[in-house]
Amino acid sequence: MDELKEVLSEETEVSAEIETIENEEAVAPSEEADVLVQGVMHERDMKKVSAKQRVVKILVQVGLYAFLGFMALVVLFPFYWMLISSVKSVDEYNMNPPTLFPQKFIFHNYVESFNAANLGTLFVNTVYVGVVSTLISLVITVLSAFAFARLEFKGKNVLFGFLLATMMIPGELFTITNYQTVNNFGWMNTYTVLIVPFLVSVFYIYLLKQNFMQIPNELYLAAKVDGTTDLKYLWKVMIPLALPTLISITILKMMGAWNTYVWPKLVANDEAHRLITNGLRAISFVDEADKPNIPVQMAAVAMVSAPLFMVFIFLRKYIMKGVSRSGIKG
Amino acid sequence: MAVLNFLNRVFVEGFWKTFCVKWIWQTFCVAWVHDAFYIQFLCKKLKYDKWKGWVYLAPCIALLLVFTVWPIINTVRVSFLEGYDSLAAIGGETFDIGIGNFERVVNAPKFLTCLKNTMLLCVLTVPISTILALLIAVCLNAIKPLQRALQTIFFLPYVTNSIAIGMVFMAMFQMVGSNFGSDNQYIASAGIINNIIGLFGVEPINWVNANSSYGANIAVLTIYIVWNALPFKILILLGGLQSVNKQYYEAAKIDSTPRWRVFTRITVPLLSPMLAYVVITGFIGGFKEYSSIVGIFDAKMGAPGQAGTLNTMVGYIYDAIANTKHGIASAAALILFAIIFVVTMINLYVSKKKTHY
Repeated sequence: MDELKEVLSEETEVSAEIETIENEEAVAPSEEADVLVQGVMHERDMKKVSAKQRVVKILVQVGLYAFLGFMALVVLFPFYWMLISSVKSVDEYNMNPPTLFPQKFIFHNYVESFNAANLGTLFVNTVYVGVVSTLISLVITVLSAFAFARLEFKGKNVLFGFLLATMMIPGELFTITNYQTVNNFGWMNTYTVLIVPFLVSVFYIYLLKQNFMQIPNELYLAAKVDGTTDLKYLWKVMIPLALPTLISITILKMMGAWNTYVWPKLVANDEAHRLITNGLRAISFVDEADKPNIPVQMAAVAMVSAPLFMVFIFLRKYIMKGVSRSGIKG
Repeated sequence: MAVLNFLNRVFVEGFWKTFCVKWIWQTFCVAWVHDAFYIQFLCKKLKYDKWKGWVYLAPCIALLLVFTVWPIINTVRVSFLEGYDSLAAIGGETFDIGIGNFERVVNAPKFLTCLKNTMLLCVLTVPISTILALLIAVCLNAIKPLQRALQTIFFLPYVTNSIAIGMVFMAMFQMVGSNFGSDNQYIASAGIINNIIGLFGVEPINWVNANSSYGANIAVLTIYIVWNALPFKILILLGGLQSVNKQYYEAAKIDSTPRWRVFTRITVPLLSPMLAYVVITGFIGGFKEYSSIVGIFDAKMGAPGQAGTLNTMVGYIYDAIANTKHGIASAAALILFAIIFVVTMINLYVSKKKTHY
């Protein structure tokens, strides 16, 4: 009897061992399994292999970090150069080789460039145009997206298809005629000309429509049964639910106003209505001897870039989300 | 004072009186009256529900008609009016119908320069930035600590003003001195980039100053445009990588597939839709390149004394608009549209054959 018991227990041990081996093979690639496998395979060989693998793994990681670190330096260097150049004196800036850290900080460069470039007016103009055009454009976008997403009317799909088709056409094609149109309207050198032509953005309508469509239609029907009006429903339900998209649109639109260059230069290039980018490029920063004063110029560049970085730091999530979905460049 | 001036302009010019605000206001009023009082009888009689959608769309459609639909029609019309000049047109002049504008654009040496520059920049920047972005995205995806921070750093160039940072690049490549390229040239400072490459024993190169070579100019532009294009591409490709099913990699690990084969046989095919997207938008953006060049070389579109040598197609169109040569501008814009259209179609065709979905 005892012998039989022994044999039986041996058998169960063996089968248990087989089971564990099978299990280990199934999860072999994971790191924890490596340790277990060692017991079954030749221990010495396994140690060699895993040590080698570990060295390779560490080397690869070091390589990855080195490459990424180098690229990050390349990406960051222009910003660093802008900042340190903006507080150097002209003499120090012109030194050879250039100093990597300013010997003396001259913050007066910022005051000088603010006055020389008339940055105050430029800032006010740009913010005004950006805010007004964003607000109006949001209203138009929300109304249009709502109509496309929720309302039924004849010709809806044809109209929407047409809107999407216009996205294919490069903006330069519109600019030619728009230049004549605004000229005929007598809008040259006004704020209107900077705001009105770009109020409708088909892409934002598309983006918001997609977002609105995700909100279940039952909500709308329930609201209708309760006698809620369309606008109230839009305001109380749709807009809060689509808020992240709306914030993304707002930020991208504001950034667009901040960075637009060509159209303002064509149609509103007078002192009073000039926008920031245009003003920055139009002014030549020179010292008393009429020689280019790069530090003062860099101070102006830093001041123009600062608001963008602020927005980025605080609203990074919305910007990255908006950009990855929209795919608009600049 | 600036604020006073500003307020004055806002109210004197009466932006609020212009039609766009009226349109929105009226739309609101119509919708509001309808919604607030809900006079069912009236609505039924007018069948308001059937055209309510159009009321909501009214401001959008009005603006699109004026600033999108009319321009499309008018641009095509004007491009076939020979030598159309908007000033002369206001003066009552009439123009013959023909393809003269297209012939003049295609035969103009200036346009050919622009075409060559644009093509060259496209061919250089799109592959370089795509490959670099792919490498960075794959590396970013393979690390754990610091991933977030590095991702943020790599996205930074996106949130910049391309003209402002172009000026920084200009400053980095610029040499300070006088009489460049002549016998009595004097270099006070070679600039930071020349000093960095000097560490590797390279002689200072005249990148952007007067008498700089075309190749050096293009090299600077390529570096700047790639730097500027990276963030968007990394964002898209990293997003794609993170949504790839991990099972493929685990299967490869079991077969102990070498890393390079994993990259070429798994990562790239699975990423191919995103790669195609990035390449197509890259080409479209590349053909519309303009403000990067303005940022570095000013609106003269060339190194000092070499105005126009680095002009692009879009620059050519804007020059024509500013000179009221709208016939030429329209023809050039249509040619640009045709090129972008053809390149996009080729890209789509190739990517349809190569992508794995």
